Amino acid sequence: MSFPLLTVTAALPAVGAVATAAVPAAKRTAAKWLALVFSLATLVLAAVVLVRFDPDGARYQLTESHAWISDFGVRYELGVDGIGAALMALTALLIPFVIGAGWHDADPDPSPSSSSRGDPNVRGSAAVDTSRWRPTQGFFALILAVEAMVLVSFAATDVFLFYIFFEAMLIPMYFLIGGFGDRAHAAGEEEGAKQRSYAAVKFLLYNLAGGLIMLAAVIGLFVVSSDSLGEGTFSLPELLRARADGELTMSTSTERLLFLGFFVAFAIKAPLWPLHTWLPNAMGEATAPIAVLITAVVDKVGTFAMLRFCLGLFPNASEWATPVVLGLALVSVLYGALLAVGQRDIKRLVAYASISHFGFIILGIFAMTSQGQGGATLYMVFHGISTAALMLVAGFLISRRGSRLIADYGGVQKVAPVLAGTFLVGGLATLSLPGLAPFVSEFLVLVGTYSRYPVVGIIATAGIILAALYVLVLYQRTMTGPVRKPEIERMPDLKVRELAVVAPLVALLVLLGVFPKPLSEIVNPAVEHTLSDVQKKDPKPQHPVADHADPSAWFDYKPAGHGGGDHE
Amino acid sequence: MTGMTDVASTGGGPGASGIPSLWTVAAEAGDKLQAPSIEYGKLSPVLIVLGAAALGVLIDAFAPRKVRYSAQLFVTLAGLAAAFAAVIGLAASGVGTTKAQIAGMGALAIDGPTLFLQGTLLLVGIVGAFTFAERRLEPAANGSRVDSFAAQPAAVPGGEGEQQAVKAGWTTTEVFPLLMFAVGGMLLFPAANDLLTLFIALEVFSLPLYLLCALARRRRLLSQEAAVKYFLLGAFSSAFLLFGTALLYGYAGTVNYSAIARVVSGADATSDPVLADTTGNDALLLIGGALVVMGLLFKVGAVPFHMWTPDVYQGAPTPVTGFMAAATKVAAFGALLRLLYVVLPGLRWDWRPVMWGVAILTMLGGAVVAITQTDIKRLLAYSSIAHAGFLLAGVIATSEDGISSVLFYLGAYSFVTLGAFAVVTLVRDAGGEATHLSKWAGLGRRSPLLAAVFAVFLLAFAGIPLTSGFAGKFAVFKAAAEGGAGALVVVGVIASAIAAFFYLRVIVLMFFSEPQADGPSVAVPSVMTTSAIALGVVVTVVLGVAPQYFLDLAGQAGVFVR
Repeated sequence: MSFPLLTVTAALPAVGAVATAAVPAAKRTAAKWLALVFSLATLVLAAVVLVRFDPDGARYQLTESHAWISDFGVRYELGVDGIGAALMALTALLIPFVIGAGWHDADPDPSPSSSSRGDPNVRGSAAVDTSRWRPTQGFFALILAVEAMVLVSFAATDVFLFYIFFEAMLIPMYFLIGGFGDRAHAAGEEEGAKQRSYAAVKFLLYNLAGGLIMLAAVIGLFVVSSDSLGEGTFSLPELLRARADGELTMSTSTERLLFLGFFVAFAIKAPLWPLHTWLPNAMGEATAPIAVLITAVVDKVGTFAMLRFCLGLFPNASEWATPVVLGLALVSVLYGALLAVGQRDIKRLVAYASISHFGFIILGIFAMTSQGQGGATLYMVFHGISTAALMLVAGFLISRRGSRLIADYGGVQKVAPVLAGTFLVGGLATLSLPGLAPFVSEFLVLVGTYSRYPVVGIIATAGIILAALYVLVLYQRTMTGPVRKPEIERMPDLKVRELAVVAPLVALLVLLGVFPKPLSEIVNPAVEHTLSDVQKKDPKPQHPVADHADPSAWFDYKPAGHGGGDHE
Repeated sequence: MTGMTDVASTGGGPGASGIPSLWTVAAEAGDKLQAPSIEYGKLSPVLIVLGAAALGVLIDAFAPRKVRYSAQLFVTLAGLAAAFAAVIGLAASGVGTTKAQIAGMGALAIDGPTLFLQGTLLLVGIVGAFTFAERRLEPAANGSRVDSFAAQPAAVPGGEGEQQAVKAGWTTTEVFPLLMFAVGGMLLFPAANDLLTLFIALEVFSLPLYLLCALARRRRLLSQEAAVKYFLLGAFSSAFLLFGTALLYGYAGTVNYSAIARVVSGADATSDPVLADTTGNDALLLIGGALVVMGLLFKVGAVPFHMWTPDVYQGAPTPVTGFMAAATKVAAFGALLRLLYVVLPGLRWDWRPVMWGVAILTMLGGAVVAITQTDIKRLLAYSSIAHAGFLLAGVIATSEDGISSVLFYLGAYSFVTLGAFAVVTLVRDAGGEATHLSKWAGLGRRSPLLAAVFAVFLLAFAGIPLTSGFAGKFAVFKAAAEGGAGALVVVGVIASAIAAFFYLRVIVLMFFSEPQADGPSVAVPSVMTTSAIALGVVVTVVLGVAPQYFLDLAGQAGVFVR
């Protein structure tokens, strides 16, 4: 038996979570370092996964398969395709930054009256013995637990196994959102705790409702597979094979219902308009690192699952639903961007920007072209990195001033140039400036969409124009102009820890922006497989071009007619 | 169903099929009366428990007060453990699968479901006995440790007699024999193979429960009110059951399950000339069947027969609530399964639509009403109603999978319930248990471990993956979907989403709310309650992560002997 690399990669943060939680209450710093070490070790393993993954090899690699619950036809099956490997790497990459950025977010309050750092929840409870309450250990343990569950979700090739972790990750996320907020809340301590708890419950109920709808569909899938194959199975390779061989058949209406059951769950997670309303609350109330965890890591499971499960298992229904999904994605792109323009709260602005970006990702997935889906996959990775950069710097900014409102800032670049500079890079990445990574993916998505649905592609470009508006207006209002407020005059620039968190992210954005080829090479074969699941071929370009792209080209992009580039 | 066939030519009665039946044999011919042959070995679990119960009565009557507690506890636990060992022995010798048979002159069926449920009930009884015996939680009176039961149940609440009894630190130990009688009746209930045995078993376990409900040490009036309500409504359900039995006897001329089933399917006809006018009358069958099922649905706590549940759960002493919530459900669902699968499979197309309606009402009703509850015990009561609805979805599957999934769900659910109610006994303030939800605010800050354990139970109730609740829910929903009840699964999923809301509300309260300055404290229990809770957590996690062995067990047990 070969070394179970994927299991170990996913189990390591889980072990880390237990170890971190077990650190005694007084040794807070040790818990932090322990969590960081575990997350870095996981990153190393995820890098090994990426290196060991052979883009030209089998569809699912590094596979593991063990019997688990045979009564339910459930196996413990792991395996990655290029998309899964890339997203595992993204997850493992971002967690150390999340931990580093949240280093002080869960420190207990030194004294109840001071307004310095500490978990506001603890405040005011001095009369009660809370000596056994260990928020710091819990905070980092929960982050690692989320990482472990997300990694399993990306690696699972058993639908049931995926479902279990897809659902279970809600619990640690719920505690992270509800239990740990910003140190200072604009509306006061009590109101802050109330809104946080509201956001956490809203997050959980939305996602749980989606998950339970998916549960009905998962059961339906089992019944369908046991009807057709004689024995129910959840194994994705097995189902895909049976599907291709014509052994697994389902009636049109069954397939559509099952598709909807899966899709709604993923669309809530992603989130797609009109199921998005939990995201601004959750991201607004959570601390910046947790907001990054939500949007850059956990939500990616939703879009990833659309690509892997919705298209793979229900190709006909996916095609049936495509017009509606494209319409909703388009609404997401524009609606998210428009609302981002109107936000007064930095974190909610980033949340609405994310909704817009998820619209692009879903657009790329359902365009059913190789550029579209390849672009969508790259978009998932790059959006994770760019949002992390923007949001974490925003978090540093907010922690300095103790306010999330844009109007409370102004002229920051004069007192904290490094902070402002990194904020700008994160923002420019968010608006897909050429030369930074998200540009590549957004361009591919638009090209891919345009080649099949020209009108949709053209309308979607409006999202980019709006992105420029909300990012630049945000920068202008917070960073430029005269320093009017005394709190800002005293504002320190980025500290070493903060710089260590941001600098690698910025470097990655630039690096992947000019040289995305290694990543796209890993992703592209997987995309071809997915397209063959839905039996789609790229539309023929109207103007013939050379069939084989030059292998030395800076990335694998096959031009497909006109129109893709008009968004610059 | 066909009408009457020629009575004389078929030879008449179930006696012809080779299965002995006490009731029909007696009705047929008096001169053939034979000495009953009883399979003592196969009935040993029931006999051991009832024997220990009788011994407990003697101990309470004759042993000096000082030794009663330890003697009772020993007899109870030894009896339950011995009975459990007997169940294991029977199962190991294949009685549950290949050697399943009708025992006790046709009165009892000893088969897979019976043994599985008896094993579950005995474990529930052991854990229940642990919580009954807990004496660390109440403040000591007059130097002696007391339990959660009334010092002198015969004394008038608030009267002088009670005050003296409390002051003297008296404790009474009759709860143990009562518990044992209840367990004994419950062991019989799912095994009952004719309607009269069913009725007797129902009474044997119900009467001790009515008494136990009235025995709370604190808030005695509430407790007695609960007991009276339980008794009155329970008497109604017994009456329904008995009336239904009479009608079914009129229809089939027998109370034996498989004999009725044969008459229903037209394979057999009764020869009793007295009943010639009524046998084969479909109206009797439908009304009688409905009444018997209603009697059982009452015990299960299904809407619209659930009215007693919240009041009784709230008023009864919490250890009793936990035991009752877990064990009654196990026993009653066992009996309901056997009735619907063995007696009335021929009526499947008649009862399934009705049960669909009941299941939908139960799932949604329980979940929706639970949202507005402010008392943790009432909340758990409504949650138990919702869970009864999920179980009914498995019952409706009418397949072997349906049986085994319900068996598995019952096992999983009962330990979560026991654990959850055991936690409730620990959260106390000056007035006893602090059951109002507002008092639970901030519990996660005071005692993170206890709150985390309770959160695990709540997540299991909500059916979050990696807990036993999820495995159970998946099993019954899968069985229901395969049995053609896909729409029921969708309703179940919606009800689960609603139910998740109120479970989470409690978690929010415990972890995200500020603790109150005058909030309750968490009592440090003895090893008994601790082990009850620990067992609950272990079962919850093991059945959630690695349920295969237990699913196999339930799968093997999923065949009724006819």
